Amino acid sequence: MITTSGLTKVYQSRGREVTALDGVDLHVREGEVYGVIGQSGAGKSSLIRCVNLLERPTAGTVTVAGQDLTALAGRGRRAGKELRRARNRIGMVFQHFNLLDSRTVRDNVELPLEILGISGQARTRKALELLDLVGLADKAKAYPAQLSGGQKQRVGIARALAGDPKVLLSDEATSALDPETTRSILQLLRDLNQELGLTVLLITHEMDVVKTVCDSAALMRKGRIVESGTVGGLLATPGSELAHELFPVGGAPSGPGSTVVDVTFHGEAAAQPVISQLSRTYNIDISILGAAMDTVGGKQIGRMRIELPGPFDENVVPIGFLREQGLQAEVVDGSPAAPTGIPSQTPAAITKEVAK
Amino acid sequence: MTWSEMQPLLTQGTIDTLYMVLWSTLVTVVGGLPLGILLVLTDKGGLLQNTVVNKIVGVIVNIGRSLPFIILLIALIPFTTWVVGTFIGPSAMIVPLAIGAIPFFARLVETAVREVDHGLVEAVQSMGGSIPTIVRKVLLPQALPSLVSGVTTTVIVLIGYSAMAGAVGGEGLGSKAVTYGFQRFDDQFMLITVALLIVIVTVVQLIGDVAGRLLARRGRTTT
Repeated sequence: MITTSGLTKVYQSRGREVTALDGVDLHVREGEVYGVIGQSGAGKSSLIRCVNLLERPTAGTVTVAGQDLTALAGRGRRAGKELRRARNRIGMVFQHFNLLDSRTVRDNVELPLEILGISGQARTRKALELLDLVGLADKAKAYPAQLSGGQKQRVGIARALAGDPKVLLSDEATSALDPETTRSILQLLRDLNQELGLTVLLITHEMDVVKTVCDSAALMRKGRIVESGTVGGLLATPGSELAHELFPVGGAPSGPGSTVVDVTFHGEAAAQPVISQLSRTYNIDISILGAAMDTVGGKQIGRMRIELPGPFDENVVPIGFLREQGLQAEVVDGSPAAPTGIPSQTPAAITKEVAK
Repeated sequence: MTWSEMQPLLTQGTIDTLYMVLWSTLVTVVGGLPLGILLVLTDKGGLLQNTVVNKIVGVIVNIGRSLPFIILLIALIPFTTWVVGTFIGPSAMIVPLAIGAIPFFARLVETAVREVDHGLVEAVQSMGGSIPTIVRKVLLPQALPSLVSGVTTTVIVLIGYSAMAGAVGGEGLGSKAVTYGFQRFDDQFMLITVALLIVIVTVVQLIGDVAGRLLARRGRTTT
């Protein structure tokens, strides 16, 4: 649905060149919720603005719903008629809502319809329908200043849907909201995704957003996408930074000379008593350092950090056993384990241990 | 001078002043508003970024702003004569008054429009809005309270200018004050004219403040 290839954006700033996007290839499939996560300055904002060409990419192409937008854009700074028409079919919501405070809620939602040239009554009807869809039918006559943050974002979403878009871009839509409101807005995005078949591309710096709502995710750093894939696929990838951040398990080993292993359970494997089997089969004592169960991308996932006695070479066989059971087992290098949080600049301390 | 002698002079002066100020304000808004918007749009990072146009308009506006009005008034006599047919009388004065106030108002418009949150412009762009749409539906409505206070300030400046215009063949309270108050040493008349001007300015400011406050409050009331 959205494809960018070799997307590059270089800003000129006081004679210096700042590369915000460095050859980004992104592929968002139709009907999925795709999250791009990264720290501020990673280029997320430039990326999402290049998708509807609010920012002109320096190089590369953007295709949305089969339409090459970069070709529509032409050379000038002004957006031509065709690009503007294409933009009308791409909804966008913003971190700070960007509602006109001089207009009522209904008039704000009508604005894109006015741009489309839809006449009075049809416009009002459509606006009220959209407000109903986002659960704000009773606020049509209110002004944005009378609404809470979550309500404002709902208006923003209703407005973004006015052009019957196939694609919704979300620029940190929940970053200015409290956790509870964030959840309700993400739920709304999820519902719209499912009911209207809307493809959603969102950028965020909150791992929770990706965890709650995304089918696929990409990690951005310094203008590049360093990792991407479906959430399930990422969790199944040994050494995936995103998986580690999505699902951190902590816990320091009790002392030197032991082997720490992160075990990820998903699907069938989660139902089996693997740890006790492991303990009985090899007659070893296993300490559980940390464990968590969660729903990621709609699937139950468990993660556990365990400690096996003895150095790694003594534990090759038990680790092999875990892998045979269909579990993902990663040996954690170095101790104590690196603390987790927002994607850190230093790669997570995980060695990619190749299954034998 | 007795009151019965003064009264017709003051009435005529007030009418002429209001006439000049009203029309020149109208011309100023019509001329200054697009100029101010042009300054914002063509500025660096603006929607119609164009350094050449921006610099040229900027220089013209600055020259207009820095010329003392009395000099402008005299320098424009040939132009005024060409436009109106004469350079004397309240109608003729509208020309220099407007030309003097346009650059001033254009700067006020520029400041007001620049204050509009760029996010709103971006939002309308993302809906596919063209530049005229952005100006009409975002920049002007969002800047309206500031624009109204800009017009108020401009009207007051024009009242001041119009009094000055009295020195170069204009009519109005200023001219009456010069002729009767100053040249005939009629202190009482002078004081009354000054008081009248103060009253007019105060009333204008009051109207402007109320209008501005009403507009700014629109949408900001809490339930």
